[in-house]
Amino acid sequence: MISLNGIEKIVRKGNIILHALKGITLNIEQGEIFGIIGRAGAGKSALIRCINLLEPPSGGAVLVDSCDLMTLTTEGLRNARRNIGMIFQHFNLLASRSVFDNIALPLELNGTPKDQIESQVRPLLELTQLEDKANAYPHQLNNGQKQRVAIARALINQPKVLLCEEATASLDPKAKQSILKLLSLINQKLNLTIVLITHELEVIKSICNRVAVLHEGEIVEQTTVLDFYSHPTSLVGKEFIKTAARNDLPTALRNRMHPDYRKNSYPIARIAFRNSNSQQPFLAMIIQQYNLSVNIIQANTEIIHNHLIGIMVAEMVGEKEDIESALRFLEHKKLHVEVLGYASRTA
Amino acid sequence: MLHELLNALEETLFMIFAAGLLTWIIGLPLGAILSVTAPEKFLANNVIHKSLNFLIHTTCSVPYIVLMIAVIPFTRLIIGSTEGSVAAVVPLTLAAVPTFAGLTEKAINHVQAGLIEAAKTVGASNFQIIYKILIPEALPNIIKSLTTTLVHLVGYSTIAGALGAGGLGGIIIAKGYQSFQTDYVLSTLVLLIVLVQIIQACGDYIANGSLHPQNNI
Repeated sequence: MISLNGIEKIVRKGNIILHALKGITLNIEQGEIFGIIGRAGAGKSALIRCINLLEPPSGGAVLVDSCDLMTLTTEGLRNARRNIGMIFQHFNLLASRSVFDNIALPLELNGTPKDQIESQVRPLLELTQLEDKANAYPHQLNNGQKQRVAIARALINQPKVLLCEEATASLDPKAKQSILKLLSLINQKLNLTIVLITHELEVIKSICNRVAVLHEGEIVEQTTVLDFYSHPTSLVGKEFIKTAARNDLPTALRNRMHPDYRKNSYPIARIAFRNSNSQQPFLAMIIQQYNLSVNIIQANTEIIHNHLIGIMVAEMVGEKEDIESALRFLEHKKLHVEVLGYASRTA
Repeated sequence: MLHELLNALEETLFMIFAAGLLTWIIGLPLGAILSVTAPEKFLANNVIHKSLNFLIHTTCSVPYIVLMIAVIPFTRLIIGSTEGSVAAVVPLTLAAVPTFAGLTEKAINHVQAGLIEAAKTVGASNFQIIYKILIPEALPNIIKSLTTTLVHLVGYSTIAGALGAGGLGGIIIAKGYQSFQTDYVLSTLVLLIVLVQIIQACGDYIANGSLHPQNNI
């Protein structure tokens, strides 16, 4: 559906030349939700703006629905963009227009007659659960509702692709969940291809099928969300997983953790296991073979795209060499282990 | 006396609103062009932006009385005469357009850049972005700018009156300055103050109330 080939983006700011995107190649399939995760400054927003040429790349090719956007005329590009909806972190709604008129704007711009506008806007108000807000103005809405209006506006031209620029970053947790749910719903109902950029693992985990990790203008990892969540391969990817896991730990434990090994401190390990490797009593095995005591801090299972994945966080207490051997043993058993940090023991 | 004053008021009102209307028609697109052609804006164009900016700043820096005399040949060319309130509309408009265009530019600059991006993604043309997005979003501030411009025009029109354009400015010169008649001076003064207050109040009402419902919280 979307194919990016060797996208380069060079940004000049006075004398500073910034190589924002370095040869990005990506293929996004029809109907999938594709997430691009990266830290601030990784080039995420430049990349998503290349897909609809809001910021045209300096080199490479952009194909959306088999149409090479870079070769289009201004008029052709305007038509092609109607096929590519976009929503933004800051919603970008018109303050001077009501909810209804904001959603109707794209239709007004392409000269749709008034009576047809009404019949096209209504179903979207319903889909986004904004029926009772049709005559409200953006300042009367909360952020979650504003993003719903933006989604309705993006969908009114019946696009095949929806681009989401940090669509949930300015929302509270409840609104975030409801917007993610809505995105997931329209993906299934309208068979819409969704590309989103985010810095939050949670967004990737809850709705994406596949994920790419962007770091300093390059894709350093591209995989299914299931694989990413259980065993990220890139350093940045691992860091995302570890940060999320660390944030879930009890504060008391986090307070006595540090990133490197110190004397009298023991690793806190995140161990991910899938159906296939959950058959063996691996905990019992390391306790016996390496003479460790394993203190389980958290253990839960999550379902990502109908696959069960188990995540356990445990403190491993024992001799340094034994711990290292135990961790190697677990890796050997195809369990995915990330050391989140080392906790010192309180006397 | 009442008759004279009413006649003069009518002339003044004609000058202000005719010049105001022309200023709106010419100044609004100029202000929009100035804003969108500025560096880093979506239709950045250095040549257009810089020359318009130069034109506006030079005109703004000329005192009204000098401008009015300097453009006499131009006024004669367009109107065929340089006397009376109709002729005065030409220099009044020339004086008001730069102020209004400059203020409109600033009003449009305040519209979030994100709205332009959003409009582009739904297939808006450059022209549509200006008249469907930027101007409506900046309208409350543009109306405030127009109010300021109209108040300036009241001042300019009295100077024009002194140079033969009639109106309240003509009265104050003829009855006040040349034969000090206090009743005329006071009535003219009151009329001008009331006029400015009405313009200001109407402008504020339109800008704050009916156009932008979000100000009515």
